[in-house]
Amino acid sequence: MPFTAIRAMEVGKSFGEGDARTVALRNVTLEAYLGEMLYIVGPSGSGKTTLLSVLSGVLRPDAGTVSVEGTDIWSLAPDRLAELRLHKIGFVFQDFHLFPRLTTAENVAVPLILKKQPWDEAISKAREYLEIVGLTKRADLPPVKLSGGEQQRVAIARAIAAQPDILVMDEPTASLDGDTGHGIVTFVKNQVLNEKRCVIVVTHDSRIYDLASRILKMEDGHLASVTNGGVS
Amino acid sequence: MKGILKLAYKLLVNDKAKFTALLVGITFAVFLMLQVTSTFIGMMKRASSTVYNIAAPIWIMDPAVESASNAIGMPDYVLDAARSLPGVSYAVPVYTGNSLVKLDDGTYQAATIVGLDDASLYGRPRLLEGNIEDLYGENAFVVVKDGDYPKLGSPRVGTEFEVNDHRGVIVGVADVASGGLFGTPTLYTTYNRTLQYLPNPRFTISYVLVQPKSASEIPQIKEQVKSLGYLALTKDEFVDRTSSFYMWQTGMGINIMIVAIMSFIVGLSISGQTFYTFVLENIDKFAALKAMGANNRELIMMILSQAGFTALIGYGLGVGLCSFMITMAKMRLPSFASQMSFLNLGLGLFMVVIIAGVSSYFGVRRVLKIEPFQVFRG
Repeated sequence: MPFTAIRAMEVGKSFGEGDARTVALRNVTLEAYLGEMLYIVGPSGSGKTTLLSVLSGVLRPDAGTVSVEGTDIWSLAPDRLAELRLHKIGFVFQDFHLFPRLTTAENVAVPLILKKQPWDEAISKAREYLEIVGLTKRADLPPVKLSGGEQQRVAIARAIAAQPDILVMDEPTASLDGDTGHGIVTFVKNQVLNEKRCVIVVTHDSRIYDLASRILKMEDGHLASVTNGGVS
Repeated sequence: MKGILKLAYKLLVNDKAKFTALLVGITFAVFLMLQVTSTFIGMMKRASSTVYNIAAPIWIMDPAVESASNAIGMPDYVLDAARSLPGVSYAVPVYTGNSLVKLDDGTYQAATIVGLDDASLYGRPRLLEGNIEDLYGENAFVVVKDGDYPKLGSPRVGTEFEVNDHRGVIVGVADVASGGLFGTPTLYTTYNRTLQYLPNPRFTISYVLVQPKSASEIPQIKEQVKSLGYLALTKDEFVDRTSSFYMWQTGMGINIMIVAIMSFIVGLSISGQTFYTFVLENIDKFAALKAMGANNRELIMMILSQAGFTALIGYGLGVGLCSFMITMAKMRLPSFASQMSFLNLGLGLFMVVIIAGVSSYFGVRRVLKIEPFQVFRG
């Protein structure tokens, strides 16, 4: 029996009020397990990014509960929730959101610094993670000097530097060409995913569906289907 | 927290254009504020130069005296009455006035004449050349070597001149704590010689200088002098009275205050806008930090440290620039009346703290409002 990383029960979320009210999520219930690479797919506006935000503790749902490794995250105080995100969840954003004024190594060290590690120690560890993603020689360059694929790998190194149990990736291939995008997600599956870690990927890129363990399809804010991965 | 602060520091200083703009704004504001207040402080010190240079603990004067340079003559009985007061160790007269001095080349130069008590020479200046006893010699004067000294032809010991058709001779060159405000050189002589040389009004004592037996006697002495119809002020009170006169009754203070406020507004608007723009440009990064697990307290510390660091560096540069300008000006114009003090340095620091506080307030407000999920909006 795989260990549950995230459990969402009847999650609902809407934006706006009155005539402008848009329902983004309707009674979504799901489980994500350690050791799996879970895809959330669907057309634009289907609610997949909203669902990812709710699951990762950055957007409060209007209804339902979300628990991360048994902790009901939306019952936590804001500071405790931030601490949980810091220790349990790693983020890879669609636009990477790397700091252009910091070096690549310093960017990777950010979550370690947030975890109160001494600066030099954090930088040293960041270099180890840059080695894992194959960017040792780029450690002292600013991110703007790197290609899109390299920036994505820096973002992945940053996300895993704090050794989170859950890695969430928002449209990881959106800013990359087909081969690079597939290569990046393959890298995550082979090097980052393990039995103690769950990777949740929001994407509408069908070229990487073959790498998923399971695929949840969203339509109009609800879960339309769940299929096993490996289907292109 | 140390790592967070270092992160904030790197994000700030690595954005060289913004950091430079912030520094320029604060440095300029501090420089402007310090420059005008230093000039004002310098002028105020010059306005009270007689008080600083003679340095008597208590000054008795006519109640209508508003500043140290506008003495009103008092009758001799005030001196006698002061000497008879309990609590007074001794009291001496002093004369301060102006006269025209005829120089060797036949030109005239206005000068301030200070007449010291003949018996004690109380309030005498420190001599650089000559002996103070020579002031008892015939026609003897001591000249003060300050910024206005060259206006008398830079006289040496033995130089002769005329005051109201009386022969005068320099017997000493002195150094004093403060030069005068009005750009006139200063000559010291004895009280009785001033009465012989200068046109005499009915009452000749400008001030009675009092040495109390102890500091605790001062309130009682002031009360007794008041009952005589005169005013006794401590040295500091007399300086304050003079400063207050120039500040509120000449328009000088109001104008200085307006310039200081303008420099504050200029600094605040340049730095405030630049810093807010800096925060706005990094708002997605702050949202990313929030999503990754930074709490509000850490983000506030980041912004406050960035604003505080910029403010302190800007303050240091402003102080340095102002010191440099004053030093340069004094090298060219020895009588340039500008002086920094702890008061205006403190005021400048207070101003930059306000600028940093206001600038970071809007940045903090913006960052606290940002929702971390906005980072997913791409």
